[in-house]
Amino acid sequence: MRNAYLSTLYQLAKSNKNILALVADNGTIVYDKYREDFTGRFINFGISEANMISVAAGLASCGKVPFAYTIANFLTFRAYEQIRNDVCLQKMNVKIVGIGAGFVYSDLGPTHHSTEDIAVMRVLPEMIILSPSDPLEAVKATNAAAHIVGPVYLRLATGGTPKIYESDYVFEVGKGVTLREGNDMAIIATGSIVHEAVQAVNELEELGISVRLINIHTIKPIDREIIIKAAMETQAILTIEEHSITGGLGSCVAEVLAEANCVYHSFKRLGLNDVFPQGYGNYQEMKVLNGLSKDDIVKEVNNLLNVKRSILPSSSDYAV
Amino acid sequence: MSKSFPAEFSKMIDIKEKAKELKKEMIKTICRAGGGHMPASLSIIDILTVLYYSTLQIDPDNSDDPHRDRFILSKGHACVALYVVLADKGFFGKHHLTTYGKFGSILGGHPDMHKIPGVEASTGSLGHGFPFGVGMALSGKLDDETYRVFTLLGDGECQEGSIWEAAMFASHQKLDNLIAIIDYNKQQAMDYLDKIVSLEPFVEKWRAFGWEVREVDGHDLNQLIEIFNTCPFVKGKPNLIIAHTTKGKGISFMEHEPLWHYRMPNLEEMKIVSKDLGLGDFWKEFE
Repeated sequence: MRNAYLSTLYQLAKSNKNILALVADNGTIVYDKYREDFTGRFINFGISEANMISVAAGLASCGKVPFAYTIANFLTFRAYEQIRNDVCLQKMNVKIVGIGAGFVYSDLGPTHHSTEDIAVMRVLPEMIILSPSDPLEAVKATNAAAHIVGPVYLRLATGGTPKIYESDYVFEVGKGVTLREGNDMAIIATGSIVHEAVQAVNELEELGISVRLINIHTIKPIDREIIIKAAMETQAILTIEEHSITGGLGSCVAEVLAEANCVYHSFKRLGLNDVFPQGYGNYQEMKVLNGLSKDDIVKEVNNLLNVKRSILPSSSDYAV
Repeated sequence: MSKSFPAEFSKMIDIKEKAKELKKEMIKTICRAGGGHMPASLSIIDILTVLYYSTLQIDPDNSDDPHRDRFILSKGHACVALYVVLADKGFFGKHHLTTYGKFGSILGGHPDMHKIPGVEASTGSLGHGFPFGVGMALSGKLDDETYRVFTLLGDGECQEGSIWEAAMFASHQKLDNLIAIIDYNKQQAMDYLDKIVSLEPFVEKWRAFGWEVREVDGHDLNQLIEIFNTCPFVKGKPNLIIAHTTKGKGISFMEHEPLWHYRMPNLEEMKIVSKDLGLGDFWKEFE
């Protein structure tokens, strides 16, 4: 996902001389080609995220389009007031690019994990939040961010994110993508954890459970239509996010459901439940440790459907 | 003024009159609204007068000109000083001043760039306007522009870490088109800085951060005109002007009295304000 972002930024910079790459001493090596070809348009702020964001806002006020990049939680939390007052309040055309979203920097521990960033970014007026699930979507999201005039938070995993999309598709800001049709229940997910959901859906399908899988690449503005439709056409909804269930995608979906009077729908938010990411290990091990593996998803789907077992004939074939 | 005075001297007299006039307008605006940071505004009004009537290359009729000089009031709470100057320069109608702080006004307790013509950045939270100005100066350098960016900071504001992050960055980027002016009145909201968290040795701090530093009397218009005109002091270095000022300047009971950071004068005190600033029987409005 990181390389997808960088190669897209490179292409964008070729056609728009106002695009600037800002970093806070992170990713300096991967920017080599950009630095070489766009002298002066790569600015390393050193380890000072807050300064990078305020300066980015000042640059934007003069017509520049800064893409300010560093590890997601340093950016969103350390520079939060700068993002609020200098970028959002003043409607500055600054792109906040957070790398390593979720706990993809697995063994570095919770200081380097970003599992509350959606919650804090989405309360900010003017902010648009893009959360791509794979490299192709990261390309599309980066292009979309460049074309939006105003603040965007681009939430990226890091390198080695597996593919979700096998072929090209239409990416529209604010519109979710139905990756798999299904009518027993719906999974709504965002970011690189969508890959885990795809595997879970495959396994559930073999067990005779038809799961609709929806990828929400735009957290804000949220696609109300696709959520309400899922509620009307399926028996249960499970949200999955590599993020706290407080304030994240699950909360967004819950708000939509409640306001659309879908409150009796069987609903569950899967993610970090009021905890920081637990343990160390590789990314896959972290998913297991934090209850976000394929098996956890399969288990949650069955728990949810147990509530509706009487009306779901296929689920009786499967023991939890 | 006499015709025999040299042209520069006539300009001096004009600007002195202007500073006096704007100060009166500012105090009337604050008193009529019943709120505003009066001592902080008195501390900077002379600096703003010089900037807007002698230094800045700006045109109220072409306020979005990309080649214009920029000014950012990083200490946004002293905004009434900026409002009266911008109104007087014609960025917006003077009638707006009577609405300051009131329902439906464009003029609030901190300046809003999206509401007020001529305001370059929405400031208020301290430690933001200065780095924002650094971005403007950097943009100028990237585009080979010749405009200058002036930012006015409070001394108390320099307790914010963001000031020093930006200071370090600006000198590394060799932003000699950036001029930071410190309103060094030695007081903050609750007391003297030296009794809270001292900035001293202040000049040495800025020099250590790679800035070229000058000190002036922040109420001496002549000194201010001259110092602004000599920026950049040194090629490749950002410029820091420590303006020694007096919070509450010109109002006898307010000078050097931290108590007045946000307080408004009562009727008896209003009589003294009127007398000190030559406002005549302005105090009668509050009877």
